[in-house]
Amino acid sequence: MTAPGRPPLERRRSVLVAAMIGVGVMAAVDEIVFHQLLGWHSFYDRSTPAVGLVSDGLLHAAELVLIVAGFFLFADLRHRHVLAPRSAWAGAFLGLGGFQLFDGVVDHKVLRVHQIRYDVDLLPYDLAWNGAALVLLAVGVVLAVRSRHEGAAAGSAPAP
Amino acid sequence: MSTAGWEPLALRAAHPGGHGHHPGSSATALPAEVLAWLPAVVTLVLLVGAYAVGLVRRRGALGRPWSGWRTAAWCAGALLLAVAVSPPLVSTAHADPAGHMVQHLLLGMYAPLGLVLAAPVTLLLGAASPAWRRRTARLLGSRPVHVLSHPVTAGLLTSGGLAVLYLTSLYAASLHRPWLHALVSVHFVASGCLFASAVAGPDPVPRRPSTATRAVVLVLTAAAHAVLAKWLYAHAGTLPPGAGHTPAATERAAQWMYYGGDVAEVLLACALFAGWRRARRHGARRTGRAGPGGPGPAPSHSTRTDRSTGSRAARTAGHSAASTPTRAATASITPTCPAGTTSSVMPSSSNT
Repeated sequence: MTAPGRPPLERRRSVLVAAMIGVGVMAAVDEIVFHQLLGWHSFYDRSTPAVGLVSDGLLHAAELVLIVAGFFLFADLRHRHVLAPRSAWAGAFLGLGGFQLFDGVVDHKVLRVHQIRYDVDLLPYDLAWNGAALVLLAVGVVLAVRSRHEGAAAGSAPAP
Repeated sequence: MSTAGWEPLALRAAHPGGHGHHPGSSATALPAEVLAWLPAVVTLVLLVGAYAVGLVRRRGALGRPWSGWRTAAWCAGALLLAVAVSPPLVSTAHADPAGHMVQHLLLGMYAPLGLVLAAPVTLLLGAASPAWRRRTARLLGSRPVHVLSHPVTAGLLTSGGLAVLYLTSLYAASLHRPWLHALVSVHFVASGCLFASAVAGPDPVPRRPSTATRAVVLVLTAAAHAVLAKWLYAHAGTLPPGAGHTPAATERAAQWMYYGGDVAEVLLACALFAGWRRARRHGARRTGRAGPGGPGPAPSHSTRTDRSTGSRAARTAGHSAASTPTRAATASITPTCPAGTTSSVMPSSSNT
């Protein structure tokens, strides 16, 4: 840590920061593509229970701050030359897939904030939604495993 | 400004259909349409004038440059306030709840953001005489101000005010009573400034909570705003009680509230984390803990100064020298607030 030359890459932080951006990006994609462009989700599903409304509001507000914070922290990592790029990609995919899965399972099914689309058979949509989430997560896991020694020339990285 | 622009207004006022009635004074009295611009013009002139006086006095007292970004932010904030109380928007707001919502967004979120990013308290401290500077600093360090300017208090005041307005009959009452509407507007501006300042203001704040705390409060307040917007949307048929708007109009207003709040939240978050980055780069070593990132080495200091050594070094030296009177006046006001925090609104303030 106290090497006088190049600072060691901050792998764990790179993963975390990129995951924050991934979550924010996926939330933005959901909002822009499905809510606004396709109009599949409504702005507000009138059957949403109050707890769903509150959790949705919290999640939405947190996503926006998360993506801003993510970009600033990312810029900070780059500025200090401690960004581990391959780990960051892993984190980004984990964030994308993680949010997609959370949205598909918790928001759509558990809290029933809204559904993917209305007046259609939901099963294929749910399968595609959560399947895509699992694919993104799998990519993230593979990248994370393959980049686990990134920047650990001194051999100090605890492999997961 | 040419007089031709005023002519149509005057003609309209003279028309029997106009709502301006000035018995007895036909030629000398200003038409109602011109008078209606008075609040906007007075707001703009007073705010910009006061800031300009502050700038001149500060230059006389300290002789150091002031960030052009801050001045621009102040002018933008003042302009947004003026727009919010200008006749076109006021009449739209009377006709359409969405216009009303836009007015509230400007008053409560966007104008305060500009005003707060202009660091008016820092300007005041620089412009005031030593005695007044001490008094101001003591006031800022006092317990009531500390409680009032805490992000949690400020967040409760803004979102609580909104909830009271839209969930009680206050909204309907304010539609027909100009003084009440003015009071509500003042509350919007004041609580909005308080909140923006508490979360992301560049002004010195004694015992300021950490960046992480402020981010959490920002999320919670924005969430309350979003939930309230959706609640309005969900109960558009009944909700501002007694307002008598059509559900479609209220739904549109609720969506303005929701997405307008999003943009304001993102802007505030940008200001918050820009402040975090500035503190980290300038004075991380002194404060020890600069934000959610936790402790971290800041080797950026050297790379930053050797880019434009002369002016930047001079600026830095000037800053630390300048903050000494304030610091000497109130020991409590600066510990949580390194010189970097009070230096500039935008990262690129080097243009001054």
